[in-house]
Amino acid sequence: MSEDDERQRSPPSDLDFVSNKARNCNATGSGSGHPEFQSAYPDQVLENVLENVLHFLTSKRDRNAASLVCKSWYRVEALTRSELLIGNCYAVSPARVTARFARVRALHLKGKPRFADFNLMPPDWGAHFNPWALAMAKAYPWLEKVHLKRMSVTDDDLVALAELFLGFKELSLVCCDGFGTGGLAIFVNKCRQLKVLDLMESEVTDDDTDWISCFPEGESHLESLIFDCVECHINFEALERLVARSPSLKKLRLNRYVSIEQLYHLMIRAPQLTHLGTGSFSPPEIAGQGDQEPDYVNAFVACKSLVCLSGFREIIPDYLPAIYPVCANLTSLNFSYANITAEQLKPIISKCHKLQVFWVLDSICDEGLQAVAATCKELRELRVFPVDAREDSDGPVSDVGLRAISEGCWKLQSILYFCQRMTNAAVIAMSKNCPDLVVFRLCIMGRHRADHVTGEPMDDGFGAIVMNCKKLTRLAVSGLLTDKAFDYIGRHGKLLRTLSVAFAGDSDMGLKYVLEGCPKLQKLEIRDSPFGDAALCSGLHLYYNMRFLWMSSCSLTRHGCQEIARGMPHLVVEVIRSSDEEMDDAVEILYMYRSLEGPRTDAPKFVTIL
Amino acid sequence: MSSENGKRLPETDAAGLNFEATELTLGLPGKSRVTSDGGAKLGSKRGFSETVDLSLGDKKDTNKLGQTQSQIDAREAAPGSKAQVVGWPPVRGYAKRGKKSCKYVKVAVDGAPYLRKVDLEMYNTYQQLLASLEDMFSCFTIRNFLNEKKMDQVNGIEYVPTYEDKDGDWMLVGDVPWQMFVESCKRIRLMKNTETVELAPRTPPKWSRRS
Repeated sequence: MSEDDERQRSPPSDLDFVSNKARNCNATGSGSGHPEFQSAYPDQVLENVLENVLHFLTSKRDRNAASLVCKSWYRVEALTRSELLIGNCYAVSPARVTARFARVRALHLKGKPRFADFNLMPPDWGAHFNPWALAMAKAYPWLEKVHLKRMSVTDDDLVALAELFLGFKELSLVCCDGFGTGGLAIFVNKCRQLKVLDLMESEVTDDDTDWISCFPEGESHLESLIFDCVECHINFEALERLVARSPSLKKLRLNRYVSIEQLYHLMIRAPQLTHLGTGSFSPPEIAGQGDQEPDYVNAFVACKSLVCLSGFREIIPDYLPAIYPVCANLTSLNFSYANITAEQLKPIISKCHKLQVFWVLDSICDEGLQAVAATCKELRELRVFPVDAREDSDGPVSDVGLRAISEGCWKLQSILYFCQRMTNAAVIAMSKNCPDLVVFRLCIMGRHRADHVTGEPMDDGFGAIVMNCKKLTRLAVSGLLTDKAFDYIGRHGKLLRTLSVAFAGDSDMGLKYVLEGCPKLQKLEIRDSPFGDAALCSGLHLYYNMRFLWMSSCSLTRHGCQEIARGMPHLVVEVIRSSDEEMDDAVEILYMYRSLEGPRTDAPKFVTIL
Repeated sequence: MSSENGKRLPETDAAGLNFEATELTLGLPGKSRVTSDGGAKLGSKRGFSETVDLSLGDKKDTNKLGQTQSQIDAREAAPGSKAQVVGWPPVRGYAKRGKKSCKYVKVAVDGAPYLRKVDLEMYNTYQQLLASLEDMFSCFTIRNFLNEKKMDQVNGIEYVPTYEDKDGDWMLVGDVPWQMFVESCKRIRLMKNTETVELAPRTPPKWSRRS
């Protein structure tokens, strides 16, 4: 059993093709006319053929399916799989992975559950990259690519990657922590073949090390350098020299310590960029008054290949018109750090006809969203973040904006929307206007807040979403919700893989509806909802097929969770407490996941594994 | 940005001044001064409209746990310091950086060879902003209209804090309620006193009677 995503259905057409070919080859192999060799050759030929054919299989679902056919397919698939995705680093051990797969070139590893991002879990819970780094170093010295999400990575781990893997090319750290500029410096210095260094939403300690200067001299192979989350000053002269000697650089995302004038200098050196994070997009703290500022428009005119724009970390809106030349080609625009008004947005967005991905702050108000709806007919993904993320603040965006988007952007596939006021009618309208929705995440920031026009719970709105959006796989609910909402989800959410619930439901029935009704559920995260042990028991048939279940501040008891743990040996049941208080029977946080390894040995004191 | 309802303004506490009383409105005197979302957006220059959402929860909120009422109670008890639930709303990075965004404007001083930039979201009151500007440009004296305090004059020149609003008018800093200032300020200029005749007419500082 491999710890990979979604091992559900196998694509029959691929298997038929492969097995037919194998049979044909088998036939020709045995037609050689030497009967005494027949028993050896067919197997060998089969394996060779399989190996060659399976190289073309890249989708992990296809590979998982292929590996289940029979032992020899399992073996050959394991030999040829080069890209490994492990959705939960504790579901399988490094030793088991290296024993099965022989020639891994790329590793994707995910650690902590998502709710850890919101301070719901104490720090130092685990998800250490170190044991993986060491195991990989022995088994896959040719490893080229590592992509980590929500893992703890130390400076030593970074050094290990650089020193133990000679051809290392790509490192991507998303929502990681535990390392600093010191580790980065050594990493970039020793990785002579580095193509990609992507640091995204990670916490990087400022060790006062000038890591940018540590890139080796001479032409660099860099294709992507993303460090917008690094909250430290950088050596701009060194960065400029680095960009100048990186002819393959396509993606560059700067942090907020890069001023707009510095950005200008970088852009004119790298007009081939396709992805740009602009840094602060304003002058530095202290700038010369009366200095001649460069014509920033020229820099944007020069970047003819730009399709993805982000940054604007400390924007002074006066400078916005500089980006007009690239708007018509943009497919992705991230304004989620730009506190701008509708009036400031309109001249930009009215030019963005090709936009597919748009992230923005609610400072643009419903009026700004109406402008988006009027122009961005190709929009696939929208995220609206709150400037003021508190429950009791006034909300500049509401049901009005949501409805406008649904009426203008019918190709929408993914939405994340923070607001203070919402109506069922607007949500229902979106469910009908946007049938391609795959991800629907609505966060009404006031807990238990009802439809602000009718005063009713938001059940019908979310019900319409699961009913009408037939491709929906990810859902996050909020507002005042009764068990009825979960009944709808259980009845209609047949493709749902991820569900997030907060401050919702009336009773155990709510959770039961979901566990009994959603067969494809993989990730279920619940907080502050009145679901108890009885509800937990109704999901026994599902838990081995799920990646994890998180329940915090619900009505679970220790002995209820113990029952589950007893009955399901391949489930790791972690009870986590966030304070030093004596453990009583109430469970503060339950984090439960399937695993081939049993209880992990690196659990901190505040974690009890039942 | 969005302003809270009238009960919340921290500057009310910090400076002991009630800026709401100085809002220019087209309403009749004695009318309820509760601002709302609509009010903040339209700007008091044009008067404000009272909308349904006067309080912070929905009036029709059928909250079983009585959250809305307790929210209101908590707010009245400690304005601006409502206890936030851990990890809610689920905005990543919010806890680490305190807020997701900022509002930067350039600050120029007549005669100074350099510009600064300030984040207006870092301050809650005019006092805080002006104190910070004083620190930044410590060799210049800045006339502080808020408490009519005349500071030590260097070179006999006083500097008047002014700003350009979103309509392009140059106004005196302190003329309008803080939140409205934050929303409409595009840049700040500390003008030499001799040049202030060109500014838009000022509202008489009603609050000076209270300080």
